[in-house]
Amino acid sequence: MKSTNGLALKRGQTQKPVSQTGGGSKKGIAGKLILYFLLTIAAVMQLFPLVWLLLFSLKNNQEIFNLPPLALPEEIRWNNYVKVWTSGNIDVYFVNSIVVTLVSVVLTILLASFATFALTRMRWKLQPLVLGLFMVGLMIPLHSTLIPLFILFQALGLIDNLWSIILSYTAFNLPITIMILLGFYYALPREIEEAAIVDGCSVNRMFIRIILPMTSSVMVTAAIINMIYNWNEFVFVNTFISSDTLKTLTVGVQNFVGQYSTDWGAIGATLMISILPILLAFLIMSDRIVEGIAAGSVKG
Amino acid sequence: MNKVMSNKLVLTLYVLPALCLLLGIVYVPIVYTGIYGLMEWNGISDMKFIGLDNYQKLMSDSSFWNSAKHSMYFAILSTASLLPYLLVAVLLSGNIRGVNIFRKIYLIPMLLSSVAIAQLWLKVYHPTSGILNTFLESLGVAKTPAWLADPNLVLGALFIPILWQYAGFYILIYYAALKNIPQSIVEAARIDGANAWQIAFRIKIPLISEVIKVTVVLAVVGSLKYFDLIYIMTDGGPNQASEVMASYMYHKAFRTFDFGYGSAVGFFLLLICLAATWLIRKLTASKEKIQYS
Repeated sequence: MKSTNGLALKRGQTQKPVSQTGGGSKKGIAGKLILYFLLTIAAVMQLFPLVWLLLFSLKNNQEIFNLPPLALPEEIRWNNYVKVWTSGNIDVYFVNSIVVTLVSVVLTILLASFATFALTRMRWKLQPLVLGLFMVGLMIPLHSTLIPLFILFQALGLIDNLWSIILSYTAFNLPITIMILLGFYYALPREIEEAAIVDGCSVNRMFIRIILPMTSSVMVTAAIINMIYNWNEFVFVNTFISSDTLKTLTVGVQNFVGQYSTDWGAIGATLMISILPILLAFLIMSDRIVEGIAAGSVKG
Repeated sequence: MNKVMSNKLVLTLYVLPALCLLLGIVYVPIVYTGIYGLMEWNGISDMKFIGLDNYQKLMSDSSFWNSAKHSMYFAILSTASLLPYLLVAVLLSGNIRGVNIFRKIYLIPMLLSSVAIAQLWLKVYHPTSGILNTFLESLGVAKTPAWLADPNLVLGALFIPILWQYAGFYILIYYAALKNIPQSIVEAARIDGANAWQIAFRIKIPLISEVIKVTVVLAVVGSLKYFDLIYIMTDGGPNQASEVMASYMYHKAFRTFDFGYGSAVGFFLLLICLAATWLIRKLTASKEKIQYS
């Protein structure tokens, strides 16, 4: 901790001349180098386990245990991927994950948009109470609801049914989604509503035709956050789903890995398959994701 | 205008679906957790009302307190780790090139499922073939530790992947907050002769104290309900050395089918989370008023 403090100091001292004169003194350049060095080390630490995972997903056991960890395999063994994709239920888990994630995200965004509109733009007495319920919902551990939910879904015949997890994801994601949407809705100018109403527009029409399209950017941001949560969720699936054909990737992968307990290449390939969609989404939409995560937490 | 914007029918249609789901899947179950906690019940036979017996048992259950201690340990470590994250964010918020790449790279582990992270780190920690012990052996360490099987090492070993997973998340939050500070305030301080060190610690960090408060709550509550990674990597073992409150609840309910006692643990977990949130908000709120009023 001490050394990091020292660094902030060094960095601080170098910042002034650089920003004031626009050029770098020797001290400034040295400070920058140290800064970049440390930031790079941190970046390498964040990426290293993943690079190692990618490498061992392309090796066989002999190469994994005999070659240095970061050595490339003698030949790239894509057959690890082919093997795990064709020999188990990975494809089924994959489809389940996509269905569950998409349905819950659409449901959450839709319900949250309607609720946020009423919570921010409409006038009613219970508004603070309802808003409070949603915000306290952020702090509630899902584990505290697990037993009654299990009993409830059992009574409804939803145990071992994808709806049990879709409903749970939607309910538990509503608070964070509403929180992301809130700031955006508060910032919408009142004039839009007034103009629409003077023109004889109903509330429904105004919301669906005017306001909702205006919020598309924040809806995308919230959708991505939801997607990451739902794609990775473990406890609900693990508790509510028992058939192998209904499991999502996270739980499916967990069971699948057990079968391959000694074949590291196959395990690596399984894990890579389970994280690739999110990594791809991140590469394509990283700015949105970064924004979304920041927005989702800072506005509290 | 007012009349249109407080249309009762529209209001009901807009709020009710979301509210019903929230009440039905989050709040009503909590009430039931409280009720089940007063019962002796294995999930199949009839419930038997036993009053506060489960809670009394909880108070003297050393396994539970052990798990609570481990949860607290994670909460303290997570909160402490916020300081280096804040410093990295301060560094990033200076005018340097490539900031975007760094903060994106830091964030990547946050996107992965706990199953993938757990399996990956199980391989990192593997006693004979893991990358960590392979590295230690290459340095000449003769007796490499069995990280997850050693009761003295397991909690620390579990905390590293947690640190790894959430680093980017907190750095990003701080970075976004620091970037939101109006440049004019920083400029004014600079003109008044403050050096960058003073600007960071006297101006920037106090200005984002609201956000810091939120992250402390997130870190503490997140740690108290931490479950997935521990459940997958050690299942609370060896010999309960890494059991936390959520995993203890899960084991009681879904392994030994003691639904009544499991519910009591679950309800207690809820109370602790809410109490921790309230306490942190309370403690930090008063401090701030002194600074700014």
